[in-house]
Amino acid sequence: MNVTLLFLAVIGAIIAWWMAGQRLTSKPWLEASPVQTATGLEDPPAPAIKIGLYVFLGVVGALFSLFISAYFMRMASSDWWGMPVPRLLWVNTALLATSSAALQWAKSEARHGRMGNLRPALVAGLLLAALFLAGQIEAWRDLNAAGYVLADNPANSFFYILTGLHGLHILGGLVVTGRTTVRAFAADIAPARLRLSVDLCTLYSHFMLAVWLILFALFAGWANDFVDLCRQLLS
Amino acid sequence: MFPYANMLSYWIYLLAVLILAAGFFAPGGPTGAGWTLYPPQSVLSGTPGGQDWGILLMLSSLIVFIIGFTMGGLNYVVTVLQGRARGMTLMRMPLTVWGIFTATVMALLAFPALFVACVMMLFDRLLGTSFFMPAIVEMGTQLQHGGGSPILFQHLFWFFGHPEVYIVALPAFGIVSDLISTHARKNIFGYRMMVWAIVIIAALSFVVWAHHMYVSGMNPAFGFFFATTTLIIAVPTAIKVYNWVLTLWRGDIHLTLPMLFALAFIVTFVNGGLTGLFLGNVVVDVPLSDTMFVVAHFHMVMGVAPILVVFGAIYHWYPKVTGRMLNDVLGHIHYWTTFLGAYAIFFPMHYLGLLGVPRRYYEIGETSFVPPSAHTLNIFITVMALVVGAAQVVFLFNLVWSLFRGREAGGNPWRATTLEWQTPQTPPAHGNWGKDLPIVYRWAYDYSVPGAPEDFIPQTQPATDRVTREVMT
Ligand SMILES: [Cu+2]
Repeated sequence: MNVTLLFLAVIGAIIAWWMAGQRLTSKPWLEASPVQTATGLEDPPAPAIKIGLYVFLGVVGALFSLFISAYFMRMASSDWWGMPVPRLLWVNTALLATSSAALQWAKSEARHGRMGNLRPALVAGLLLAALFLAGQIEAWRDLNAAGYVLADNPANSFFYILTGLHGLHILGGLVVTGRTTVRAFAADIAPARLRLSVDLCTLYSHFMLAVWLILFALFAGWANDFVDLCRQLLS
Repeated sequence: MFPYANMLSYWIYLLAVLILAAGFFAPGGPTGAGWTLYPPQSVLSGTPGGQDWGILLMLSSLIVFIIGFTMGGLNYVVTVLQGRARGMTLMRMPLTVWGIFTATVMALLAFPALFVACVMMLFDRLLGTSFFMPAIVEMGTQLQHGGGSPILFQHLFWFFGHPEVYIVALPAFGIVSDLISTHARKNIFGYRMMVWAIVIIAALSFVVWAHHMYVSGMNPAFGFFFATTTLIIAVPTAIKVYNWVLTLWRGDIHLTLPMLFALAFIVTFVNGGLTGLFLGNVVVDVPLSDTMFVVAHFHMVMGVAPILVVFGAIYHWYPKVTGRMLNDVLGHIHYWTTFLGAYAIFFPMHYLGLLGVPRRYYEIGETSFVPPSAHTLNIFITVMALVVGAAQVVFLFNLVWSLFRGREAGGNPWRATTLEWQTPQTPPAHGNWGKDLPIVYRWAYDYSVPGAPEDFIPQTQPATDRVTREVMT
């Protein structure tokens, strides 16, 4: 459960940092003067949906770190056979990274209000992510054909379950980004609303890219070397 | 902040309940795996539902529930973060809101562990993987599983399972604080300490989970670590109990039904908490772990105590929800039967546990170490359980009857300070406040302020003269 505890420590640090700014040491029973009361929320609050996405990403992060914890714990048993990483995954990784980059481009175009560039950027991000998904399914089929089936070995099982779960999250992102793209093509655009949507899609896409890179490192075995290194440092 | 997600969360939750209930009608009946669902036992044919629909429905129901909960939880957290009334700083929030807020954050981080465990067990059961399933011979046939780790499931399950205890307890802590303060007409003692204790308990409860696994065996160093954290978490909890008692001290205590339930909670929680200190130690836990002692501890601290709070909260807020008071006489019958009855049920179980009577057996049969008196005690427990069950019918009747015949409550029958009691209408109309949202000028516990005309000052009332304040400080 080390990975999970590490993740929770990060979340805990974020919460602690946030709480440090909340005047937790104030003495509310002494404050009833109207001057102080107006200070409740003086900054224009961040859009609720953005905070919502941050919290959601926290939940998704917990989910994946728990799976990764399970991965390492299961790996300790003797029936674990490593699994070759299909070449295709490199292509897929590149696709997902460019998709994320395209959305980043869309974000900066949206910020400057250049609708003409925003649309192709969004479409590019969308298509690349869809290609990534198709590539992942292709990788599954290749592996299956090569005899690496789900129930054969725990390494295979984890590979399918983790890529599947990640794929589902990408699919969810595709739906939302698709809706944003449709809105970008609509005749009556509310620019502020659209900018926020593009912002959130980009954030989500970067996060899922980061998750994928970690998973990829896990499958390729680099993460194990890293863990071994940590173990050696600890002992 | 997200009404749509909130509503969706409710319907998904309902779907989860229906899936769970469907287990009773499925071929093979509901799962017999108990609430911990430990593999491999839960998915083998010897367990009811293990190779039928039972376990599948159970796991799917949990997965659906967690998806639904996440939506509702996101809504709650973001609403507390972004949707507070003007002037409502975090340190002016009632402890009820603090409790539910913190518990929701915890649940958002803890439920994924159960989700992971359920998904992996579904894979084991349906697709033949071996995440949790070791090599096993069932009824003389070798199953195709091999190498899986049942302990891995236990880690995932209890990583969710222990925080879950506090996910239930923290809202109860918060509600009790508000009930005691309101019905003793006194500000809550040590408000800041109460908030900090809630947050510290939440953080600590993520590093105690393996105290449920002492019997599974572990490295002694780990056992020591988890026993220590378990004992440390008792410190902020004890601070809360002291603060409740100190709030009561020299208060103008009104023995209303909400107050009675709150008092019953404190006593019961202390009782259950103390036996928890016993069980938190490895050497004490190992012999007691599979006995009725654990049943007694668990039901005192996590069954009876929070349910007493739920009752207290219903008696407290029912007038705001419906505009009518619950009937007092029926309420007292309900209260005394439930409170005393719960003790009659669960207190003897401590004794049975020390005798060595094992838990989870529906019939003990002839055993040399169980004297006949234990059976008499079991009969007594059963009778008392039936009596307490009957008292809940009185409560349900009261809920319905008072809806039509209850005394008119008015907007603020308990003369409470918090926002919900200041709405223009009772029961509150859609949106609660009409056009103008309230502005909060003070914390939630201005009871019996010296020099104030009344013994409470609503949160929405601006400070008029500073002299009052100075007197108080
Ligand atoms: Cu526990």
